[in-house]
Amino acid sequence: MKNKLVLTKLSFFGILFVLCSSINAQTEFDGLFMSKNIFCVGTTAETSSFNRYWESEFNRDNANLGTVQYKALSVMGNYGLSDRLNVIFSIPYIHSNTTAGNLASQNGIQDASLWVKFQALDKKFLNGNIQIIGLGGYSFPASNYNPDFMPLSIGRGSHNITARFLLDYEENNWYMTVSGAYIYRSNITLDRNTYYTDRMIYSNQVEIPNQYHYNTRFGYRNDQFIADIYHEYTNTLGGFDIPKNGMPFPSNEMDFQRLGFYAKIETPVSGLSFLVNGYTVFRGKNMGQLSGIQFGAFYIFGSTSN
Amino acid sequence: MTRQNKLYIFSFLTIIFLSSCSKTIQEDNLSYPTLNPTRLDTNTNDWKFILLTKTGDINCPAPMDVNSNLYPIEIKKIKDIQANLSSSDQNLINYWGSGSILRWNEIMRELVAKNNLPPYQNPDGSYPIPNSNNPFAYPTFPFATPPYAARAYAYLSASQYDALIVAYHYKKIYRKKFPFETDSQIRSSFKNNYISSFPCEDAVIAGVSLEIMKLLFPADFETINTKVLEHKKARMAGGSCTESDWEASMQLGKEVASKFISRAKTDGAGTAGGNASLWKNLEQTAVSRGETPWISQESPPRPPMLPLFGKVQPFLFPTSAIAANLRPSPPPSVHSDQFKKELEEILQFSGNLTRDQERIANFWADGIRTYTPPGHWNHIASEDYVQMNLSEPRWSRNMALLNMALMDAAIVAWDAKYYYFNPRPMQMDTRIKTCLGLPNFPAFISGHSTFSGAAAQILGYLNPTKKDHYNEMAKEASDSRLYGCIHYRSDCEVGLVVGKKIGNYAIERAKSDGAE
Repeated sequence: MKNKLVLTKLSFFGILFVLCSSINAQTEFDGLFMSKNIFCVGTTAETSSFNRYWESEFNRDNANLGTVQYKALSVMGNYGLSDRLNVIFSIPYIHSNTTAGNLASQNGIQDASLWVKFQALDKKFLNGNIQIIGLGGYSFPASNYNPDFMPLSIGRGSHNITARFLLDYEENNWYMTVSGAYIYRSNITLDRNTYYTDRMIYSNQVEIPNQYHYNTRFGYRNDQFIADIYHEYTNTLGGFDIPKNGMPFPSNEMDFQRLGFYAKIETPVSGLSFLVNGYTVFRGKNMGQLSGIQFGAFYIFGSTSN
Repeated sequence: MTRQNKLYIFSFLTIIFLSSCSKTIQEDNLSYPTLNPTRLDTNTNDWKFILLTKTGDINCPAPMDVNSNLYPIEIKKIKDIQANLSSSDQNLINYWGSGSILRWNEIMRELVAKNNLPPYQNPDGSYPIPNSNNPFAYPTFPFATPPYAARAYAYLSASQYDALIVAYHYKKIYRKKFPFETDSQIRSSFKNNYISSFPCEDAVIAGVSLEIMKLLFPADFETINTKVLEHKKARMAGGSCTESDWEASMQLGKEVASKFISRAKTDGAGTAGGNASLWKNLEQTAVSRGETPWISQESPPRPPMLPLFGKVQPFLFPTSAIAANLRPSPPPSVHSDQFKKELEEILQFSGNLTRDQERIANFWADGIRTYTPPGHWNHIASEDYVQMNLSEPRWSRNMALLNMALMDAAIVAWDAKYYYFNPRPMQMDTRIKTCLGLPNFPAFISGHSTFSGAAAQILGYLNPTKKDHYNEMAKEASDSRLYGCIHYRSDCEVGLVVGKKIGNYAIERAKSDGAE
């Protein structure tokens, strides 16, 4: 009966900003799980931009780009195979453009991703509770976009396999979550058959360096509310630097750190929640000094009682 | 199975999977076969010079005789190298075994790509100009633009060709045995050893290439010199050449290079950048004709690229032929219906490309940090010649004909660009956005189209079995600039026609150079 009601709502709002929600829904970076047979699905809208970037480590603007802007609309979902094993998916549509200069805007479906999230340990520890969680993820380009048009390309074009190890500690609703991931990124194929990195390469294949990714968050959560601040560090393991006044390339050594905040709140409508997520990159190399904000709405299918 | 075990197995499988994903890239140019010419071209000494007038202008003393007391020392050096071959030495033998014209051409392409970066602006919005007298200071010298690159490839190939004619003249005089012929313990790794080990054509080519590259890419001297040493080691390790013969042969190459360097210093390229009053004049001339002058769309506005390159001395025809035969009729007036129609066509492409059109634009983009369109045609020609088992002299002749045509195409295209000084589509309609970098010089005629027309014409003559293929590629390269929204159809179509005319000059030369 409840499901029927949800479906009616769905058809009413269309596929856009509504779907199910739960304070328990989550992501690659948190210590939260959907209960068994609960399916949460949602949509997020994100806008981000930069008007300065690091050319190697030289921070500059570029009047031929003005501000580089990205807008993303994503659908994502999380299903509880069991209370300790979730699958998560997401698929974003991205539009990019500049506010100055000659470069054409790009848009399209970017990379679809699928995650398996597994709770390996969940026990009392000190005065709180500790969890150890393992995640495995796979993402791939869901459309034939051109990765060789940076910074406007909507993605890198690689197939990525991620292994993430996550530690979560909660005490009196305050929590800290630390995770680290290794991201294997496949080679990509260009439309051209040579390119120059720090030397000439005669191939249409580009080796995309792998990455380490670290995320640390600290916040408060209860059944109605989650809020945290986070720090994120992406370290690219190899690649080359953008030369002075050169163009970025998918195999650049792109390193960056960002700070962000995240909040999610249950609404009076049962199962419906909203999220907001903001961030700014404060250190980087071969990267845009990106700041962005994301809003989302989520809804839950199935009973939340368990 | 316990949960813990499952986790272990999951982790284990993940590690196995990740470690099995090799990311090593197969680089096309590293698997070329060893050069094994089907036709030896032993009459190369009879071919017609490009710049030299007679062989006697280049001095070449007799090499050390194989019966000399010192010769065994030379042989021992080769044996020592062969006895201590590392795997990287073996890689060098394989690499250089594919041909030295090929490899030095590739090295030039790499130098071009590395140096193909526009200087970053000064704080006041002006742009610094690379200075050949101070090549290491930013902006490093040179900015290897397409005309600069076309000229670099032409000087390299033409001087290599003349040097091999001289080398073959002296080969027939000295007829020196190869080290592996004088000592059976020496292994030969190369298949292109003929007539005489002296002068060693590899060393001649290395010598000429070193000097030309030092002139054109002085800041990369270290890299170039390292390549010379690797080339020498490969050739000695391959049992083809003694050290003294290598050095003497290099000297011959350097002497030939000096003739070309004298030409390069006075061919007009050094002053092709013009100055502020010239730039202003170009604008006023276009206005006085009632047309809209080209304006840099970069921010801050960058001075136009090499406005006087059209005055550089061509290889295949006298400068007077440009105005008389090669400069095209004016492009459609910006006030004409034809112009509006062509502008509208580009507006339709803007933001509406199919993925295949985008692929074509990208494949032929040849923008910054690439070997430029002339380099692209060198790459295309090289891939074909690797399959054709040409002798080194024939490699050099074909590349010289191609690269003289490409340099002259640059001269003629740049002449038209600055004679007409017409605007790019984006200047006339700011709704037009490009999927390529916007070239900072006038539109008419398309450089890509002129280069490609010239290249396809001469390559099709040199290898008639692929004539249609080259023409299709040239058309695609030309169309790619429409898809990129940086050229009008007239720029591209007229550019192809003009390019073919330039290619015909190369064909005329080919018919009478004694190599047919």
